[in-house]
Amino acid sequence: MELLDKLTILADAAKYDAACTSSGARRGHVEGMIGSTSSSIAGCCHTFSADGRCVTLLKVLLSNDCVYDCKYCVNRRSNDVRRTSFTPKELAELTIGFYRRNYIEGLFLSSAVLGSPDRTTELMIRTLSLLRGEYRFNGYIHAKAIPGASPELVYQLGLLADRLSVNIELPSEASLKSLAPNKTKRAILAPMRQIRYGVAESKAELVKYRSAPRFAPAGQSTQLIVGASGESDRHILNLTESLYGQYRLKRVFYSAYVPVVENALLPSLDTKPPLLREHRLYQADWLLRFYGFRACELLDEAQPDFDPRLDPKCCWALRHPEFFPVEVNRADYETLLRVPGVGVVSAKRILVARRTGPLHADDLRKLGVVMKRAQYFLTCSGQLATPLRLSYAGVMANLMAIERAALPAAQFEQLSLFDRVG
Amino acid sequence: MAWREIIYQYDGSFDGLLSCIYESYTQKERPTAIVCDGDAEPCFFEVRTVATVRAHAERVSRSLRRLSPDVIPLLRRVHLTCLPNKEMAIYRFVAKLYREGPRYLTRLSDDAYQPLLRAVHQLSTEVEHLRGFLRFSVFDGMLGAEIEPKNRVLPLLRGHFCDRCYNETFFIYDRTHREALLYANGVSRIVPLESFEIAAPDAEEADYRRLWKRFYDTIAIPERENPKRRMSNMPKRYWGTMTEFQEESAEAPPAAEEARRFRGSGGRLGRGGGRLDHAATV
Ligand code: SF4
Repeated sequence: MELLDKLTILADAAKYDAACTSSGARRGHVEGMIGSTSSSIAGCCHTFSADGRCVTLLKVLLSNDCVYDCKYCVNRRSNDVRRTSFTPKELAELTIGFYRRNYIEGLFLSSAVLGSPDRTTELMIRTLSLLRGEYRFNGYIHAKAIPGASPELVYQLGLLADRLSVNIELPSEASLKSLAPNKTKRAILAPMRQIRYGVAESKAELVKYRSAPRFAPAGQSTQLIVGASGESDRHILNLTESLYGQYRLKRVFYSAYVPVVENALLPSLDTKPPLLREHRLYQADWLLRFYGFRACELLDEAQPDFDPRLDPKCCWALRHPEFFPVEVNRADYETLLRVPGVGVVSAKRILVARRTGPLHADDLRKLGVVMKRAQYFLTCSGQLATPLRLSYAGVMANLMAIERAALPAAQFEQLSLFDRVG
Repeated sequence: MAWREIIYQYDGSFDGLLSCIYESYTQKERPTAIVCDGDAEPCFFEVRTVATVRAHAERVSRSLRRLSPDVIPLLRRVHLTCLPNKEMAIYRFVAKLYREGPRYLTRLSDDAYQPLLRAVHQLSTEVEHLRGFLRFSVFDGMLGAEIEPKNRVLPLLRGHFCDRCYNETFFIYDRTHREALLYANGVSRIVPLESFEIAAPDAEEADYRRLWKRFYDTIAIPERENPKRRMSNMPKRYWGTMTEFQEESAEAPPAAEEARRFRGSGGRLGRGGGRLDHAATV
């Protein structure tokens, strides 16, 4: 098969994986090697695909020839698709060729289960060794650990990669059982635990010896599929929180399920991917990581799913009138962050700018505060930013109108769908 | 300060601009405008050419550093932006800073300060974009790229690409500002280069472009298509120099000819030892 065909098949099979960042590893240039990862701190987008997603890495499968039969997956054994695999040399050359031309920041290597988890992992190790060794590649590598692979092999993989990840995909054991019969929660969590301790150990060693082997220096991430099975947003967000806490994950990605197969257990083929729901989960994830929110503050038993019409932060604010209005000239950083329309950057700017004197509504706009949202929740030296005090319903309606205008067309369609339902 | 209608003309360098500020304070006059050599339009005002004097620039620079170590780096960046009348914007900012002292630096929303911050923010965004969106082609083992930025980004892209392409030989041509960043063997230079035409791809280069285009087209999920989001993440003005948006050329004439023409024009990228030598450097 021609390389162009292989690339088409193996990129197509990998495209549903949302994790495509290159953040967290800093490694400068090395004499005689190709590339560095120093721009990867913030993650570097090399292009955006037609769906608007950032493309950082050459994201491909090593092989799509799977022995497993996960029901939601295009590569499952029972599906009738063309099968192929890269040779280690083909993939190494492709990576180098793309990297030198500044198309990519590195390689994202995943694979279907070719024969067995161990055999697949061995092949991945061979590919990455060739790329790091003979082809002297010093750029970013993100490798997928295959659930069920033996710990020694996962360890070797982690020495070659900057980031290792295991996709949980289905957010509960029950869904796993019904939709991914060859996988178990244990087979997924075991490598995650191994990676967590491997990374910590390697860091501790590095403090002692500079030449200690580096195990996945950029940590691990995972992906959850949203909308293939019946879990609530609350269930997913609680899982996320424990993954950040217990497993020290760097990122959790969410992937709106795109129906690829007709199956009684799955949403029908004409179901639109729940993009708006995915968007809300990413917003909430952001609030957990940078805004000091806890999952239980955002959702609870009474409200297990996000309101599609408003972002999670506005929702929280509307449910907590006792917290507002916040006085910009006195509030601390954590409090400012809770105000809709105030972000990490503008909150920090407020702290600096108010040292020279009290701030007014006009200043806030220049400091980057989105006053359209923030006006209802702030006072400047005791004065409300909007002179008239609106009712709860009024504020809600205004915020929803702003939100509606900000959403992309596809998500807007989904919103009008909600409107009709109720 | 006396109000005389006077226009300063300078050589466009940052030190030149600082020399203008020095001139203004020693002559006790406030310029109406500060323009680059050759940009002054005939008018009734007096036009004075202010020479770039290293010692004068250093005096101004030292006085500003005493107020805060962040000022000079900020102003250097502003000077690279496409802010209209950036020289006078810098002048007004400096005048206010001298008058009010370091406290002025916290007044982020002041009219003489905020536009500078905004311009620098846009500059940083463009630099960040181009780190990713810039596309090299391989000619004869050497990397070459063209960009069309709004701001003068080459000085800020320099560190990144010299690190990333440490063991390569490369050039980046800025069409807007007609200058090129050249790099070989650990040495880099930014040189003015009036015109430049990039070589046509050879067979291997054409193959890689085709592979990349195919990857780009394949990686999108059709059910999630979202032109608005793509456009806001990657404005159209970058597309002109990105491989994935170019029509494939039917034929692929040899690249070497054009690449060599580059070596013979602006700067020479010597083959033996990859030596760089140019008259003007930035
Ligand atoms: S293991 Fe399951 S999810 Fe992974 S490629 Fe095979 S069928 Fe798809």
